Amino acid sequence: MSLRVDDLAVYYQSLRGDVKAVDGATFQISDGEIMGLAGESGCGKSTLGKSLIRFDARMRHVAGSVELDGRKLPISDDSKMNAFRFKEVSIIPQYALSALNPTRRIGTMATELLRSRNIEPDTVLPEFKRRLKLVGLDQDVLDRFPIELSGGMKQRVVMVLSSLLDPSLLIADEVTSALDVSTQRAVSELLVEFRDRGFVKSMIVITHDLSVLYQIADTILIMYAGKLAEKAPAETVVTSPRHPYTQLLLSSLPEVGVRYAEKRLSGIPGRPPPLIDPPTGCRFKTRCPLAFAKCDEEPPFASLEPGHLAACWKAEKAEAA
Amino acid sequence: MLELDTCCKSYRTGAFGSGELLAVRDVSFAVTPGEVVSLIGESGSGKSTIGKMILRLMPTSRGSITFDGMDISTLTGRKLKEYYADVQGVFQDPFSSYNPIFKASHVFAMLRNEYFAGLSSSEWNAKLERSLEAVSLNPGDVLNKYPHQLSGGQLQRMLIARALLLQIRLLVADEIISMLDASTRIDVLNLLGDLKARGLGILFITHDLSLGNYISERTMILRRGRIVEMGATEKVFGNPLHPYTKMLIASVPHLHKKWDQIEREVGASDVLEHVLREERTDEPGDGNGVARLEQAELDHFVALGSD
Repeated sequence: MSLRVDDLAVYYQSLRGDVKAVDGATFQISDGEIMGLAGESGCGKSTLGKSLIRFDARMRHVAGSVELDGRKLPISDDSKMNAFRFKEVSIIPQYALSALNPTRRIGTMATELLRSRNIEPDTVLPEFKRRLKLVGLDQDVLDRFPIELSGGMKQRVVMVLSSLLDPSLLIADEVTSALDVSTQRAVSELLVEFRDRGFVKSMIVITHDLSVLYQIADTILIMYAGKLAEKAPAETVVTSPRHPYTQLLLSSLPEVGVRYAEKRLSGIPGRPPPLIDPPTGCRFKTRCPLAFAKCDEEPPFASLEPGHLAACWKAEKAEAA
Repeated sequence: MLELDTCCKSYRTGAFGSGELLAVRDVSFAVTPGEVVSLIGESGSGKSTIGKMILRLMPTSRGSITFDGMDISTLTGRKLKEYYADVQGVFQDPFSSYNPIFKASHVFAMLRNEYFAGLSSSEWNAKLERSLEAVSLNPGDVLNKYPHQLSGGQLQRMLIARALLLQIRLLVADEIISMLDASTRIDVLNLLGDLKARGLGILFITHDLSLGNYISERTMILRRGRIVEMGATEKVFGNPLHPYTKMLIASVPHLHKKWDQIEREVGASDVLEHVLREERTDEPGDGNGVARLEQAELDHFVALGSD
């Protein structure tokens, strides 16, 4: 078991009260697993990813613990986390395209980054160059400024830099969202290759795009309004989801081949609840077509089959019957 | 209705405008009433430039755009206003399309002053309600609100309602659902389908092949300012002929099929290789400009050899 997250709750402080962005998340990721984390905007997926590496000033660790390779991560302690960042846990940030310092050449930037972490650059630079080559970048990118690179090239530079020290866990936050379809596919496949080559042990890929996850992830975790809704192997989530939210979300996605004239898709009516004052019980109940009286109690994130978990009273019932 | 004939747009680049960048090259197509035409291209392909030229937000460098046989580049004053009563655009980011200090009702009132000054209040209100209902918004819910109080889907639908008030005949929809969440975007897309049934012509500009495939009758694939393949949507997607189209279709993430499988089915070349090659050639050579769109089958044109 590479990563174990136990009942994690992370709130944002605001003037009007706490925004419960992640509320009671419990899940595990095994060695070599690529877990996709999906949900709509504001569901807490980025917050969950960020909380595993760095809390920003407004984030507050309310409850729960995180364990990586058997060691507890001091996630809310900014200075203690430094020992883990980059070496054990690393992130490809959401705006990786603007994460590069515009005033430094790529090579200079990498050297400075390594020095700041007390690593002698010469020991890793050969590996850095080798990996750049692997992602299709020539050595001369080291002498270039970020502005001279295209979006896909910058994204790959950041990927290589983030995973340079072979971290145990790599968090990839919306890495393909701003890219064109062809570049998106190239970058996604490289993520898988990084795992296959052992550059990273396990990975959390955060995106709103379920179809990208189906292509690259081993398991998919769906979040809704700060809660975990469903986790299962990618194939299962796409073919036989049990949580009504996952089912509706999937049925609202147009695929190549589906035509308006032949098959009309429909969206999910309503909008996610405000996270300052979320409804009690199941947070999806106001938009859920299956909601019934029991949904006022909070459904547990329970196991339906080995490896398949969902937080829904109806899903549980279906299994018992 | 709308016709583009060998439209070109070049931008001046570099210090003192010494360089020239051809953003749109010899683009010709037509949009007829009750038809959704999707214009699909990757970033930098010139798809938004085409939309802006149609909306007269930008002049064309060469070629002509005609609406009902009238050259739009010469329109001024009253004629131009009449053109805008027929043709309107909706853009990608609904949050920045609105002035944040005006309530929604004010946005509509501005339109009323401009186009419907003679209408009485009750007539106007009835008209406004009808058009809001046409985009499935409840007038009471939205009219008295500021933009930040409304969701992206609501704002985007209000922009469409605003365009509908004018009884437009052509809508230029530039990436209108890219910013919306998965659970609401399909409703806006279906709305376009309803409008189409009422005889509205729609130019649907997008980078997302699955959306274009879902909604449109005709598809154009744009690459570096040039149409490489166009025709009936089911033919372009079902039987792609240009290597670039094949590569695009093979890159779209599907929900039930893995990439490798699609790649084999379409017979596309290696995607990573394409991406890398694309990066090395910054500027397309003009030697490849000779390929013309040629008819491959009924309602299916392809510019082979322009790779």
